[in-house]
Amino acid sequence: MKRAGRNGDKGKLLVLLEAAQAKSAHVSRDTITELAESLELSIGEVYGVASFYSFLATEPRGRNIIRICKSLPCLLKNAQVIIDSVRKELGIKPGETTADGRFSFELTNCIGACDKAPAMMINSDVHGDLTPKKIAKILEAYK
Amino acid sequence: MEKRVVLKNCGVIDPKDIASYLAVDGFEALKKALKLTSQQVIDEVKASGLRGRGGAGFPCGLKWELASKAKGAEKYVIGNADEGEVGTFKDRYILENDPFSLIEGIAIAGYAIGAKKAFIYLRAEYHFLLDLVNNAIAQVKKKGFLAHLDIEVREGAGAYVCGEESALMDSIEGKRGEVRYRPPFPPTSGLWGKPTIINNVETLTNIPRIMLNGAGWFAKMGTEKSKGTKVFSVSGDVAKPGVYELELGSPLRELVEKLAKAERVKAVQIGGATGRIIPYAMIDAPLSFESVLGAGAITVFDETRDIVDIVEKTMEFLAEESCGKCTPCREGTEVMAETMERFMRGEGTNKDIRVLKELAETMMLSSLCGLGQAAPIPVVDSLEHFRGDYDNHIRQK
Repeated sequence: MKRAGRNGDKGKLLVLLEAAQAKSAHVSRDTITELAESLELSIGEVYGVASFYSFLATEPRGRNIIRICKSLPCLLKNAQVIIDSVRKELGIKPGETTADGRFSFELTNCIGACDKAPAMMINSDVHGDLTPKKIAKILEAYK
Repeated sequence: MEKRVVLKNCGVIDPKDIASYLAVDGFEALKKALKLTSQQVIDEVKASGLRGRGGAGFPCGLKWELASKAKGAEKYVIGNADEGEVGTFKDRYILENDPFSLIEGIAIAGYAIGAKKAFIYLRAEYHFLLDLVNNAIAQVKKKGFLAHLDIEVREGAGAYVCGEESALMDSIEGKRGEVRYRPPFPPTSGLWGKPTIINNVETLTNIPRIMLNGAGWFAKMGTEKSKGTKVFSVSGDVAKPGVYELELGSPLRELVEKLAKAERVKAVQIGGATGRIIPYAMIDAPLSFESVLGAGAITVFDETRDIVDIVEKTMEFLAEESCGKCTPCREGTEVMAETMERFMRGEGTNKDIRVLKELAETMMLSSLCGLGQAAPIPVVDSLEHFRGDYDNHIRQK
């Protein structure tokens, strides 16, 4: 009976990690330790789950996360040009965060917006049919 | 010619308002199903010949029957909305435009196998659809159509492999999305070890159509082993990318040239990263499980494209997304990606080609799941049909 209960709680781990991330843009060391204790899991198990998923981050990041799709359908539509213009606009490379903490910039695999390629996500918004000209205007809306 | 069966309500109803769904026979299929025994529902799905639309093509009715007959009071239905295959966006389109048909399909599936709980596993990239889907579920519940079944949406967190059913279940259980050893298969031992059916969004959306119009009506469409229609996501070098639904068995040419308006086609990748690469010479191939299909991702490459470049990017993706549990896939995809990269640098050799072929065979035979087993397909197909592209990179040396 006790084991069944524990399984039930353990089953919430990913949901709890997602909630923690939604709150502070990343899953902190403290969160990992707290979750491990409350769910009776090892820190390694919790970290293992947190680090498995590409949308969960274990390091602090910017307030807004830009994810440019680098899968084939977007690359065929010149995603590289979009990657370069975001890079120029923000002055950071993929994997980095702006000094003011406003943006983190990542490359990601297919986001399912191939009909609007090249496409990117900012937080959970999808922006498609991108051109370098559109980038500055789109970024403006995220403070 | 397009044939909208799965997509019949898309662009017709208001996905935010159940009244518009009820106006087009919404939930009539569920009402009909609830008057039958669960075995009769399963028999109807079996007779329709419906096969899984997620890529593997497993007979849907048989899957349901296995779960229905499996021992245990607790059973689960999972709607797989973890559409991560490169070049696929048809399930997004269905969810965006007609979440009610999916919910009705899940409700019928739950009744058929005797499940009281269902999950929709929504990929993280589709978080923007969460409110829409939850709102649809709430409206359906309020109308009293979910008295027998609770439906909960669970979100993924960015992992291609979680579209694979056993990894998906581990993810719902809160774990790393790693593939399980099988047997046992999900219909006997799935989520938390309980009998579970996992069906793709498109598969489940077919269910209300089948229940309402009958298995005979459905089985008249398609080919001998591929009944019904298929929803395709077309992208790449085409003038009109988008979602198209065709009767199964329709020629690839119709989709690529007539509907999506592609010109000067060199090759088509069917089924995403682990899909077949078809040269233009085979453009009249029928789209069916007997021939080529996958989950219906169609990526078109025109004559300006270098197939080695395409395959290199594909292998890089697969190496990143391999879950790492089994050695042939974890190491094989890495070696293939590295080798392809070497070709791109003009440093490939004929020996590399031999190694690629050997490695492909090993991975296909010994990988734990579909990802590793199918990962070498782009390499094998491109070597067969586009050896010249490889030779260009060898000669550069």
